[in-house]
Amino acid sequence: MPDGSYERPQQRQFNPYSENGGTILAIAGADFSVIAGDTRQSEGYSIQTRYAPKVFRLTERAVLAVNGFAADGNMFVKKVKQRLEWYRHAHAKDMPLRAIARLIQTMLYAQRFFPYYVYNILGGIEEDGTPSHVSHTALVRAHARAHAHARALTHSASALGTGAVYSFDPVGSYEREACRAAGAAQSLVQPFLDNQIYFKNQTPAPGTNHPTHLPLPDVLSIVIDSFTSATERHIEVGDGLEIYVVLAKGRSTQELASIGGLQELSTRAEGDRMFVIRRDLKKD
Amino acid sequence: MATASAYRSPGFDFSNEIRNNFLSERGVPLPKATSTGTTIVGCLFKDGIVLGADTRATEGPIVADKNCEKIHFITDSIRCCGAGTAADTEFTTAMISSNMELHALSTGRKPRVVTAMTMLKQYLFRHQGQVGAALVLGGVDATGPHLFTIHPHGSTDKLPYVTMGSGSLAAMAVFEAGWRPNMERAEALDLVTTAVSAGIFNDLGSGSNVDACVITASHTEMLRNYVKPNERVQKERSYGFRRGTTAWKSESIRQMVVEEDITFIAPEAMDTS
Repeated sequence: MPDGSYERPQQRQFNPYSENGGTILAIAGADFSVIAGDTRQSEGYSIQTRYAPKVFRLTERAVLAVNGFAADGNMFVKKVKQRLEWYRHAHAKDMPLRAIARLIQTMLYAQRFFPYYVYNILGGIEEDGTPSHVSHTALVRAHARAHAHARALTHSASALGTGAVYSFDPVGSYEREACRAAGAAQSLVQPFLDNQIYFKNQTPAPGTNHPTHLPLPDVLSIVIDSFTSATERHIEVGDGLEIYVVLAKGRSTQELASIGGLQELSTRAEGDRMFVIRRDLKKD
Repeated sequence: MATASAYRSPGFDFSNEIRNNFLSERGVPLPKATSTGTTIVGCLFKDGIVLGADTRATEGPIVADKNCEKIHFITDSIRCCGAGTAADTEFTTAMISSNMELHALSTGRKPRVVTAMTMLKQYLFRHQGQVGAALVLGGVDATGPHLFTIHPHGSTDKLPYVTMGSGSLAAMAVFEAGWRPNMERAEALDLVTTAVSAGIFNDLGSGSNVDACVITASHTEMLRNYVKPNERVQKERSYGFRRGTTAWKSESIRQMVVEEDITFIAPEAMDTS
């Protein structure tokens, strides 16, 4: 045994997985989505690299964050991007966000007996004006009704998209939520988000209600503070922070004007806009 | 009831092993001890010894203390850095410090580093590695400056420069590149700071600030938080909660003062009879 005793026979086997640390989080707003992840990749007590991106752009309006076993995460993103490219060629349009979520589920479950050791969070803009905070089954029923209605509306320019976040487990169970944190510091960050986004354990001032959606600058502050706080108390979190902000078509970008270190990823000013904000985190 | 035996068996009483194994088989694991993770270093220079340490204490992957003290007091001119299980390093160094003072009073001589080293190694060996303390002991005594490293099982090494803890490899890399005999105080402090910083930035078990301690024949200077390369940036928002945010189910206000009666007493002189 590891302590030197000989109590019972032992068997050694190759472990195909390893844990690379790091934390990701995503928050859905009324007409935007924020998806963030730190950039540290570690193994045990060592740092493998201070900059390994965990958040990737899939389409003009979809962003996928992956965390857990980095090799599986990177390969899974490659395969998802490949499937999205095949869809584009076959259907002459981008895959809608809810369809990408379903695709991710089937891709993960296909490996049910040798899973991708990855916790995925998909964030972006849902094209129909579907309400958030709806459970999966309710969403299915609503879509059956809405599709007939939507065909009549067609793709009107006034149809603003809503922010959406989908979170997955390693074998494909998924759910649409307003916010989710995953990874090493999940247990530190998720309760903070529950308190600040869902206003759990807070009673509103008498005669008022908590807002259903927070404005973008508040959400960005909460994201940055979540990561600086996680960095303080979790050894596997740090080095750098990348925040992807996806804004629905037609939404003003004025609130982002004051933020330094902003990089635009979207190519057209008339479509959904996507930005990346990079920040440094503590390197100890 | 049998009379108590005068024979005290050596080392630890392992009779709780059976109970612990039973519990862990039924899903109640041993509680995780706080470990210091750690980078601790010591190096010899022209006038004496410089000791250095980081200040992070971990519980698994979580930081328990961001600014703990790992350079422990043994005597006025002897200090000991501790890595491993925090409780073990704390209590072991405190015990040896206490015994060193008694020993000095008994011998009438200034305490020596080898004495502390011998006390520590004999204690640790008696506990067969169960006391998880990895120490860097350094000081200056009547015979000169000495630097030792002591492992949890009780082995010791006497060297001009040493590192211990999870960040010891990062720190030793710096020492091997930069250490020379007979360095000046400033150079030695600089080398120690660089070595501990290598541990802080490259080892996840070490972090926060650099503590240092310079020991010479004439005096000992404790440099707590000598370098602070990891101050927290100002938060984006301040998170205050409005009074009434926490819901309460029932409220009961009681008057603690039922009746108040003030009687003035003429001041009397204090009775010192």
